[in-house]
Amino acid sequence: MTDEVLLQLLLTVAAALVGTGVFGALSQQSIVMVMMGIELVVNGVLLGGVAAWYFLAPRADAQVLIVVALVVMAVEMVMGFAATIAIYRARQVDMVDMATELNG
Amino acid sequence: MNDVVAVVGVSLGIVAVVLGVAVFVVDSMARATFALLGSFLAIAGIMLVLDLPYLALVTALMMTMEMAVMAVFMIMFMMNPAGLMPMTMVHNARGSAGAGLGVFAVLAAGVWLVDWPTRSGTAPADATVQLGEAIMGQYMLVMILVGVGLFATILSGTVLATGRGRYDRFGPDLRRSRPTDPVPGGLPR
Repeated sequence: MTDEVLLQLLLTVAAALVGTGVFGALSQQSIVMVMMGIELVVNGVLLGGVAAWYFLAPRADAQVLIVVALVVMAVEMVMGFAATIAIYRARQVDMVDMATELNG
Repeated sequence: MNDVVAVVGVSLGIVAVVLGVAVFVVDSMARATFALLGSFLAIAGIMLVLDLPYLALVTALMMTMEMAVMAVFMIMFMMNPAGLMPMTMVHNARGSAGAGLGVFAVLAAGVWLVDWPTRSGTAPADATVQLGEAIMGQYMLVMILVGVGLFATILSGTVLATGRGRYDRFGPDLRRSRPTDPVPGGLPR
């Protein structure tokens, strides 16, 4: 198997992870499950970054980008949980369909 | 070496996708958490095969802890505890599936249609040294911003999640001698 095909296979896996994550983030009612979808999208980004580092340019840039993606994941989790707790305290809302205050 | 990468990398990739799909298929939200953890660990395995041991370790450790925390929140906000209240947990499933498949189709088409360049440069002897030198040298600004960002996240996470802070208990100027608690007898400041 050539390097290019292997890169394409891994990037296809990354695309599948991103697609699954988009499906989850859009379809789930529970706020926590929506966050799981977003996590899965970032998981795909991680894999894409790793594959690009190994097969295209094994320089430091790609590794720093992967670190940033990991940090984004942590920040997303913290803010997501904090917002979930805050909206539950204020309105007893734990599903996205119930959070309709900004519905025009 | 390439064969190892091919076999292990692609099989772990399939495991990651299958577990990723399982997150939204299994009934129990606790099981979904562990499916997501499995997906992350598979990606960490791919990192290990691709000569990035440090990032693999960080991903594996961070995601294990993150999913342990996630499991607690999952149980707190569980919609269908112990399968006792069967209910649909999705909305607009068809439209979402279309969006997900569309995103996958566009990305996959791009992956297979682009004429990828060959690798420029050679892999470093030790990828961890490469990353360490980068974030302590040329890319230090990134690390500084990441540090400030994480600190801001800690503060705003705490502020958002706190139900009644000291300003609620002691007034806007913090001068109240006794805190106004729903149940008296709370600790003084």
